[in-house]
Amino acid sequence: MRLKLEARPVPSPAMRYLSPLLAAALTVVVGFVVFSALGQNPLAAFRAFFIQPLSSTNGIAELLLKASPLMMIATGLAVGFRANVWNIGAEGQLIAGAIAGGGVALYAEGMGAGGLLAVMVVAGALGGMVWAAIPAFLRTRFNASEILTSLMLTYVAALLLSYLVHEPWRDPQGFNFPQSKMFDDALLFPILVETTRLNASFLVALAVVAAGWVFINKSFLGYQMRVAGLADAAARYAGFSAKRTIWIGMLAGGGAAGIAGLAEVAGPIGQLTPSISPGYGFAAIIVAFVGRLNPAGILLASLLMSLLYLGGEQAQIELRLPSAITGLFQGMLLFFLLGADVLINYRLRVVRPVHAAAATAAGKAA
Amino acid sequence: MDALVPILVATLAAGTPLVFAALGELVTEKSGVLNLGVEGMMLCGAIAGFAATVASGSVWVGVLAGMGAGAATALIFAVLTLTLQANQVAAGLALSIFGVGLSAFAGKPFESVALPSPQAFGIPGLADIPLVGPVLFAQQPLVYVSWALFGLVSWFLYRSRAGLVLRAVGESPTSANAIGYPVIGIRYLATLFGGAMAGVGGAYLSVIYTPMWVENMTSGRGWIALALVVFATWRPGRVLAGAYLFGGVTIAQFFAQGAGAAVSSQLLSSLPYLATIIVLVLISRNLNVIRLNAPMSLGKSYHPDG
Repeated sequence: MRLKLEARPVPSPAMRYLSPLLAAALTVVVGFVVFSALGQNPLAAFRAFFIQPLSSTNGIAELLLKASPLMMIATGLAVGFRANVWNIGAEGQLIAGAIAGGGVALYAEGMGAGGLLAVMVVAGALGGMVWAAIPAFLRTRFNASEILTSLMLTYVAALLLSYLVHEPWRDPQGFNFPQSKMFDDALLFPILVETTRLNASFLVALAVVAAGWVFINKSFLGYQMRVAGLADAAARYAGFSAKRTIWIGMLAGGGAAGIAGLAEVAGPIGQLTPSISPGYGFAAIIVAFVGRLNPAGILLASLLMSLLYLGGEQAQIELRLPSAITGLFQGMLLFFLLGADVLINYRLRVVRPVHAAAATAAGKAA
Repeated sequence: MDALVPILVATLAAGTPLVFAALGELVTEKSGVLNLGVEGMMLCGAIAGFAATVASGSVWVGVLAGMGAGAATALIFAVLTLTLQANQVAAGLALSIFGVGLSAFAGKPFESVALPSPQAFGIPGLADIPLVGPVLFAQQPLVYVSWALFGLVSWFLYRSRAGLVLRAVGESPTSANAIGYPVIGIRYLATLFGGAMAGVGGAYLSVIYTPMWVENMTSGRGWIALALVVFATWRPGRVLAGAYLFGGVTIAQFFAQGAGAAVSSQLLSSLPYLATIIVLVLISRNLNVIRLNAPMSLGKSYHPDG
């Protein structure tokens, strides 16, 4: 007896939505095994990872705070991924947005805060878009793979930020630490829930997700981009511009990542530092896939991914495990999702060897 | 002339991890499989190699462990894309993210461990030739292995029957299947070979080149290796030349700083990434060059039942 994959006549719509749940369940199961192998009580670890972070107001606030950049970036990336535009440099676009928006905050100091935060958000979005425009231009004009160029630019953005906070933008009163001045309080996103760090950038994130939903599902342009992803010959035949698809796909991801970067520095961090993101730009790729490239799904997936970040921090405090375990679980989640997705187009069939089948048939006949 | 020697020696040393990773990926891509997980496989090879060297005291055990770790992570990718038909781009990204996470997690206990710098091995006789000797024949043993690998891959792809079959699978899996070649099996082997070589490249970094473990220590070399394969238009000779070109760019910052150049260190550090973008643009802007040289089925899933 062995298992065989057999193509389904039509893809299973149910499996499209069950597959992320299956992947999450498998990740938890393997998590149990990993924790046991590390000599931890798996139940205690499970509690630290998934229950503890959610058992206080502060925990919930942190969950929403960390989910905000993830849902924003993933929504922007989904616009491109749907059209096979593979922007994987969102981390760099996040940094570019933080530099642009943070730069506004540093240079506009003392100019009065009226509306300045809005200017910073726009600057952040533009910064991310400029950084994403480079791969878009190189792809449309020179045919260079946006996968590799956008990723290379992530390293360049990180080095640019490092240069800025070491040299021109370093706080002269900062005890020689490589970091900028703290931004004026008036230039930070207002706190939504007292005593927590949850701020108004969460509302911005929800707005970005809603806008993404409208664009993807309700606009003609969004429809064109979906067609380009599913059948690019058909899209060309219908006269949909392939270059425009690439530009929109890249700029959507870049703009969203730029706002997310600004929200980090004008939010929980409050200044520019050499490291402003624990890999949100990469984790958002996973969020986009787990959320089925659909803003509603992305909303849920961003909460799950945020919980993995919080769980990693909690595991470090309570179980003395390195918080890098978060990255391990993130990668595992995407692996299981991709594996489970096979069940959308194929089904598992048990194939019996011929002689066994013949014996059964003979038994029935007798 | 003698001033050139340390620069050339350092260039070869810095290019060697790219030689391994890019030659491995070249073989994988020639079979039609695009594995974007090189960065993750290199990191897993780096930490496995480092841990095994610390445990055993032998560099070669470390290199073998790195090779095994690279192949093991490539196996995950192969099962997902070849057996379960997952999208190769998505699975490759997943492998890179997973490799970063796994290596960071496994590497925590090794962060403050130092290994002795291994001795270079001068080939008797040859190492005494002026200029050429110290540059080419007084290197780390693994550098000589990388040259052997280059010869082997070139011979295999263009002179051996098995290499011809591999290339046929990459050009047209349907035809190769029709004449009876096991397409999926061949792609498995090519993917595992690519992973093993990426693992050796990673182990070279952590065990010989630095030699220590730092989180994310490959710092994009896996992605640069991917770009190199495109830049080399899928030819081993150009992969080798490209790897040393990037080795030179990587070490330029140390020599520039040593010479007292008044340029910020961040700008110098970003040169390899900018150079990668530039060479990609130069080679890709002629669409025909890519079309004629890229394996026809690169990145496309294949299932024998259609």
